[in-house]
Amino acid sequence: MTERRRPRLAVWKFASCDGCQLSLLDCEDELLAVADAVEIAYFAEVSSTMAKGPYDLSLVEGSITTPHDAERIRRVRRQSKFLVTIGACATAGGIQALRNFADVGEFVAAVYASPQYISTLATSTPISAHVAVDFELHGCPIDKTQLLEVISAFLAGRKPAIGGHSVCIECKLRGNVCVMVQGIPCLGPVTHAGCGALCPSCHRGCYGCFGPMQRPNTAALAVEWQKMGAAPGDIRRVFRTFNAWAEPFRTESESHGE
Amino acid sequence: MASKTIRVDYIARVEGEGALDLHIRDGRVTRAHLKIFEPPRLFEALLRGRDFAEAPDITARICGICPVAYQMSAVHAMENALGVAVTGPLRALRRLLYCGEWIESHTLHAVMLHAPDFLGYPDAIQMAREHGDAVRRALALKKTGNEILRLLGGREIHPVNVRVGGFYRVPSRAEFARLAEELKRARDLAVATVHWVAKFPFPDFERDYEFVALRHPDEYPFNAGRIVSSRGLDIAADDYSSEFEERHVAHSTALQSVLKRRGSYLVGPMARYNINFDRLPADVQALAREARLAATCRNPFRSIVVRTIEVVYACEEALRIIASFEPPEATAVALEPRAGVGHGCTEAPRGMLYHRYEIAADGSIRNARIVPPTSQNQLSIEEDLCEAASRALDLSDDELRDRCEQVIRNYDPCISCSTHFLKLAVHRT
Repeated sequence: MTERRRPRLAVWKFASCDGCQLSLLDCEDELLAVADAVEIAYFAEVSSTMAKGPYDLSLVEGSITTPHDAERIRRVRRQSKFLVTIGACATAGGIQALRNFADVGEFVAAVYASPQYISTLATSTPISAHVAVDFELHGCPIDKTQLLEVISAFLAGRKPAIGGHSVCIECKLRGNVCVMVQGIPCLGPVTHAGCGALCPSCHRGCYGCFGPMQRPNTAALAVEWQKMGAAPGDIRRVFRTFNAWAEPFRTESESHGE
Repeated sequence: MASKTIRVDYIARVEGEGALDLHIRDGRVTRAHLKIFEPPRLFEALLRGRDFAEAPDITARICGICPVAYQMSAVHAMENALGVAVTGPLRALRRLLYCGEWIESHTLHAVMLHAPDFLGYPDAIQMAREHGDAVRRALALKKTGNEILRLLGGREIHPVNVRVGGFYRVPSRAEFARLAEELKRARDLAVATVHWVAKFPFPDFERDYEFVALRHPDEYPFNAGRIVSSRGLDIAADDYSSEFEERHVAHSTALQSVLKRRGSYLVGPMARYNINFDRLPADVQALAREARLAATCRNPFRSIVVRTIEVVYACEEALRIIASFEPPEATAVALEPRAGVGHGCTEAPRGMLYHRYEIAADGSIRNARIVPPTSQNQLSIEEDLCEAASRALDLSDDELRDRCEQVIRNYDPCISCSTHFLKLAVHRT
């Protein structure tokens, strides 16, 4: 039987928790079908087979925090027709980008007994700060349904059907009563949709793990938070979590003092 | 005989980035190093100044495979610092959440990552061509574990519904009843998985480990218990630092966690099982015996069987918790910040996970210490590698390399977790 050449998929890890690549393994109903549709050429967490490039689609998890990784991402880019970042680390620098607001030397000394052995950059930066990126999938972690959409779209040569609207739209679609009107501060109005409004559905304010939506009005939301009693330090902190280095969140955090 | 070095530059089918160096000289293994090149993410440093209530969300991001473990150790440590105890239905629901993580994580490792070693495949996808039923069974089982995390945690990876003091939302009886139907089917799939892995060929290999696990008066341990070892250690989590230390061994690539005065120890499923066999229900004990596991197992290659036994236990325990579920009066207990120090120790799928926090009067974190299971097991892994490689020197380099990788995978190492591992310049010759 002759077989049409299957597209070659690679999954890469940089500084991260592995959660976004695990999302692919969490597609329990679709995993074997995906493995039929594509050749999983490089996915070290799953397979000992590590085939050489070129690859049709590279999924990249994690941020760049070491000189070695800054070089490695260039090699990945050269071998990949399409490169898609998956998750907050690869897209915005991740929680480890909190070092960007601090002295990394002091951070290292706080954790390690022998800081001289640690080779790390002063910043944790997204993949787009180093190489061209074809699509950025948001989330900490990403949503697996969106991941399947991105894989399908790139393999079909079309644009992923993923909007840039806020979590508020998802709350409306779920019929949630807005948590803000119940006195719970929420980042939903400025946060990129994709999770399905998980936190408000648990009667909790969104904490922004999908990062900024397209053109968020963070200043207006910060005013609402202040009216609800949030101190400047609280507002600064909520914008500095898993997407702290994403420009709109970073800028907003910087306008609120200690 | 000349000296040679066997090197694995990137260990596949483990979580995170690691490498192996094995030095052999005159027919003797002179050094086995598990090298970690996972970039440090500096969690203990970035936690300083954050609010105590943020610790479960932030530390979850240490590991996407066992976020519940990080959330549980964090909430227990914070509650310990604040002088509150979460009891009754909320405590039971935390055990239920942990059941979900054990089912999901253990099944992922045992069938999707570890089983291919025993059957000679590069991955579970190739394995599925000849063992399709076993792989599909595992995927269904793993999905049920994730169902628990989705319902009670709000999401499978990095659950959003956990908070210091309890939960944000408690699911309804009807939601739990639907989950119970799935769990009954999952329990049967789990038993079939035990029988499947029990037939694998296991190398004849035993070592005399000091096993360390939590032990509770009535329960197989998830969230609570004293830290107990097979050689007589018996302490509260608060006393962790008096018995354990992280040592920087000269020329080693990592901080290694050791028992003071004694050295290496082993945490994880095999340690839990050996220390708590009498806490397993009779039917699970009987199943273990059918799977040719004695009450004490010292063969790390058989840890895959222990993992599947723990999955059966987790399915049954989840069903028991749901059957006796009474809705709590509140979704969480009220908390007032105060200055203090708190310790938390819980059983992650791959072993004991210790957190310690010092918090200020306003509830901000002054300092944090996190000791993940893989840094505790690292010395044991290297000792296993020395021993296993010494006994297998007649194998070809490729076979020896495969055997060494299998030794590492016996531990289900979680390298992203190991925030303490030092990164040294990787020497390549």
